[in-house]
Amino acid sequence: MKLDLKKLKLRKVNETLQSIDPKKNNKNYTILNPEGNHAICVGLTDDIDITIKGHVGYYCGGMNQNANITVEGNAGTGVAENMMSGKIHVKGNASQSAGATAHGGFLIIDGDASSRCGISMKGIDIVVKGSVGHMSAFMAQSGNLIVCGNAGEALGDSLYETDIYIRGKVKSLGADCIEKKMDNKHLKKLEKLLKKAKLEKLKTKDFKRYGSARKLYNFKIDNVSSY
Amino acid sequence: MCGIVGIYLKSKKFEKDLGKMLSGMLVNMESRGPDSAGFAIYKKEKKEEFKYSICINNLVFEKFKKDISKKIKYNSILKNSDHAILSSKENPNKVLSILNEIKEISLVGYGRSIEIFKQIGNPKDVVKKFNLEKFSGTHAIGHTRMATESAITTDGSHPYSTGSDECLVHNGSLSNHNNLRRDLIKRRINFKSENDTEVAAGYISNHLSNKKNLKETLESALSDLDGFYTFITGTKKGFAIVRDEIACKPAVISETKDYVAIASEFQAMAHLPSVNIANIFEPQPGIVYSWGN
Repeated sequence: MKLDLKKLKLRKVNETLQSIDPKKNNKNYTILNPEGNHAICVGLTDDIDITIKGHVGYYCGGMNQNANITVEGNAGTGVAENMMSGKIHVKGNASQSAGATAHGGFLIIDGDASSRCGISMKGIDIVVKGSVGHMSAFMAQSGNLIVCGNAGEALGDSLYETDIYIRGKVKSLGADCIEKKMDNKHLKKLEKLLKKAKLEKLKTKDFKRYGSARKLYNFKIDNVSSY
Repeated sequence: MCGIVGIYLKSKKFEKDLGKMLSGMLVNMESRGPDSAGFAIYKKEKKEEFKYSICINNLVFEKFKKDISKKIKYNSILKNSDHAILSSKENPNKVLSILNEIKEISLVGYGRSIEIFKQIGNPKDVVKKFNLEKFSGTHAIGHTRMATESAITTDGSHPYSTGSDECLVHNGSLSNHNNLRRDLIKRRINFKSENDTEVAAGYISNHLSNKKNLKETLESALSDLDGFYTFITGTKKGFAIVRDEIACKPAVISETKDYVAIASEFQAMAHLPSVNIANIFEPQPGIVYSWGN
């Protein structure tokens, strides 16, 4: 089924996708002329496949549950923000805060993601085939961030328990983020996620793992004079 | 929040369509700035002539024209809604001092090729009132404003111009503008408003008059201007964008063989020709991107 944003209002398109009739069994949708509009495909709950033909604006696929969304273009700020489950595949570049606060699901970005990719992520798996900008995985709590290119300044600042895997160079690490040993279980997990992103050709040993030093978790009485 | 847009033409193909292209961009950025809009457009210069962009406010045009003809020898004076473009071969310093003395008008810009129009109101109405679609030129910059730090007035609208053929639009806010303004006043830069962006425009004018080029000027602005900003700035032959190091304020660049378009969001340029095959990217924080010189 084709939904043309030049002919239909965004609210109508989102309402259609949010209230799929399971009896009709139409699982494939194409959105035409997105033209950088915001909030396309937010709040979806059904297991459906959607292809968006073009560039999208802010918060595409926000709060997604179960849906499989492909963006054939670039995505604006906050793609897949607060995603719960399902999959979002951006074939171009993503702007700031991709996958912000997302609890689950899978986000693949074929190009680069700019600053704050995976900010405060809470369980999502993110694979960026290109590079990520500054402050990526800031305050990230759980899930995995995999970057096949480079990472910008202050990677993983104030990090909790997200695992970060970077193949290229890291400009600098943020507070409390350190390089960690890659154990077998990490290699296996990375291999599985790379396979899921159809990146089997990449070697897991080329990646480095980063995580929390866990020194910001508790207040230290020795630092009391600094406050 | 504000919306900023700009187009720099790399070839002559779209010179006649420049106004139409920019108009669509401004209208699409209404959601980021519904209270005022403005644009600066660079046209081919005429020999020895300087153009002065004047907002005549509530004055009756014919009366203004009659009065000004007694003070300034001009080649033409063209009305466009509540603005007028005065062209003259007289010494710019003389013309500027005469125009600055007329309290009822606001001089919004001047130069060899620049024309500036800005006014309070919805971007859709502002571009219509000035008939932006009919404009041609080589490069253009525009702004839609959601006022945050000074009043909704013509003087509070962008673009700001504090020097010949210069203009600046800004999305963000500066925190050290009062100190900088005091310093720049000592260096004989004139300000017309309390607006932070006008200070940034003055900073750029001061550096350009000290023989720095646009790229060098913006590189030094990165260390001297404190606050959040994405700036698009134009000179007679140049066009540039810079974002502060934190880069909270968005920007997208689309580049084809014929043009460079910049906007706060992609939706502002979705209507541009061949945009779907353009090279689309976000300018990186703290890096100056410039075209021309």
